[in-house]
Amino acid sequence: MSITHHEPLVLPYHNGDLDNTSDDPRQRMPLILGGKSFNDITEAVSSIAERPTTQGWKIAFAISLSLLGLLGFTLYKLIFTGVGVWGNNQPASWAFDIINFVFWVGIGHAGTLISAILFLFRQNWRTSINRFAEAMTIFAVICAAMFPGVHVGRPWLAYWLFPLPNQMQMWPQFRSPLLWDVFAVGTYATVSLLFWYVGMIPDLATLRDRSKTKVGQMAYGIFSLGWTGSCRHWHRYERAYLLLSALATPLVLSVHSVVSFDFATAQLPGWHTTIFPPYFVAGAVFGGFAMVLALAIPARQFFGLRDVITLRHIENMCKVMLATGLIVGYGYSCEFFTAWYSGQHYERFVFLNRALGPYQWAFGIMMFCNVLSPQILWSKKMRKNLWVVMFVALSVTVGMWFERFVIIVTSLTRDFLPSSWWVYKPTYIDICMLAGSFGLFFTLFLLFCRYLPVVAMAEVKSIMPQAHIHPERHDELSGDEGRSDYRPDERHRPKGNGDGHARH
Amino acid sequence: MSTATETYDADVDAPEEAEKPELVGLMAEFEDVDGIVAAARTVRRAGFTRWDVHSPFPIHGIDFAMGVRPTILPWLVLGGGLFGLGGGILLQWWTNAFDYPFFISGKPLWSLPANIPVAFETTVLCASLTAVFGMLGLNQLPRLSNPLFKSERFRKATDDKFFLVIDATDKNFDEAKTTQLLKDAGAAAIERVED
Repeated sequence: MSITHHEPLVLPYHNGDLDNTSDDPRQRMPLILGGKSFNDITEAVSSIAERPTTQGWKIAFAISLSLLGLLGFTLYKLIFTGVGVWGNNQPASWAFDIINFVFWVGIGHAGTLISAILFLFRQNWRTSINRFAEAMTIFAVICAAMFPGVHVGRPWLAYWLFPLPNQMQMWPQFRSPLLWDVFAVGTYATVSLLFWYVGMIPDLATLRDRSKTKVGQMAYGIFSLGWTGSCRHWHRYERAYLLLSALATPLVLSVHSVVSFDFATAQLPGWHTTIFPPYFVAGAVFGGFAMVLALAIPARQFFGLRDVITLRHIENMCKVMLATGLIVGYGYSCEFFTAWYSGQHYERFVFLNRALGPYQWAFGIMMFCNVLSPQILWSKKMRKNLWVVMFVALSVTVGMWFERFVIIVTSLTRDFLPSSWWVYKPTYIDICMLAGSFGLFFTLFLLFCRYLPVVAMAEVKSIMPQAHIHPERHDELSGDEGRSDYRPDERHRPKGNGDGHARH
Repeated sequence: MSTATETYDADVDAPEEAEKPELVGLMAEFEDVDGIVAAARTVRRAGFTRWDVHSPFPIHGIDFAMGVRPTILPWLVLGGGLFGLGGGILLQWWTNAFDYPFFISGKPLWSLPANIPVAFETTVLCASLTAVFGMLGLNQLPRLSNPLFKSERFRKATDDKFFLVIDATDKNFDEAKTTQLLKDAGAAAIERVED
């Protein structure tokens, strides 16, 4: 906070970016570089939503939309033909559908981690990246929620998942982790959406106030709910935001734990293990941060946000990725150790088969992408090289998908009875559906980048040095003198009670 | 121009009267955080109770300077969470143990550990919904029409300027005196807010 204004630091440049990654406290820079004013932040962020559509965006959107079309086609084939269009069989009754579900839900975790957990830990650097990490969460959860919905085979009966009265006079079975999943993912989607939207209200008001077009004023006006930046509103707003963070923190840990219960409570060797909940949560954060990096690095270049999302932000995310990656690596080795130490025949076989059996190539990809490739991030030089970081981020994204493939497919195809063993091969519908889910994700994400504030302007402003009051310039005021709770609307109501002594 | 609040209800019913703008309050613009906080202290000291500060971001310390009462929102959220917890447990007990006893794999009909995950999720869900809708409700949002929005200057309240608005219905309000007070507090500009 106390940067010395009289003694400006000379920062080295690194590939065109100011290098603010020094860990020497004497060289700590503000989180936002370039001596920006509040208005500079408004301009930098709002102009992304206000400028005419760029050619690059149109091309990216066209590609995403085509992939979304592909998803539509595969969904059509699936719903009108049946789940037989997938490569699923007995015993591999779960395959791409559940792999994709776990993969996308996992990606969503980084958003809530950044917005809630880092908020509680007062990690102010989160403000530059939390908005689009939250957006990423919501779009990832939408992609995730689609898969169990269509995987039930008869999606028009998907409402059976919910405890709704129906013609069978039956209720869902609440002692099953699959139903816990419905509640966990449903709650997670709702709370993430609330978090994202509440955080965006003040920034939508900024766009409303800057908008020159009628449509813009109407659209941003409605969604900003008439926000005026009232400090009495900010007071309750900040309290609500803090409470949401406190609620979302255990929630984010619970969601992937519950997803892991889907496997861990089954009797199947390779699934039936107590390490799953923590190791799934760490893996989710790992994969989620990889996705945030993969989105943030291009975004800061294309949108001119290099002073807002600085090298320090990238470096911090790399550190989180490295730490969670090590937990994931520990999880893998612990599984092998437990299998060996259990002395249990089936368990030992499943793990040997994982590493050396017909799917050893998938195991190899997983180990390389998730365990080996992040090790490069130990080097600070590499953490500052955006190409290397981008490579690791993409590699981890691929690796985390293969992790779920390995867990699900190798365990199911080689269970207790050799007579029921089989192989699993995806069909073209499986692969197109995975590609299509990326289309859905990127279509939503590009729309978000085009029309909404991609950085939390109000929050970024609040961490800038000039946002803090200088206590020495203010005298004391006693606690209860002249306290009030003013609500502007009271003048539209019958008179009296004007001094507003009630607490709201 | 008088404050004319006592004839307010009549104004609403008589559209021909509406052309005469009613003074809602005075709005003063400030350039920086220290300026607005100092002004907030001055206005609070002067005994005003119906006034507000508008800023592009939450200013830390202004709650104290303005004398904003702590919100009751946390208690509402606690209530929401308890409702979710009770509701979640009751839902599971009613559906699986009472209304349609569900006997599965020899599991007991009612065993709390198996019902904790869902009860936890409903707790978080109801508490979060209460936090958001409680906040909006206490703030009386959405409120899409606001006399402040008629001011071109006020658009900067979501960008980089700070505003202090004193309501004309405040018992200490006097247009000339209040204008002077705001001027003395260091306002960069003062505007009448009319409806």
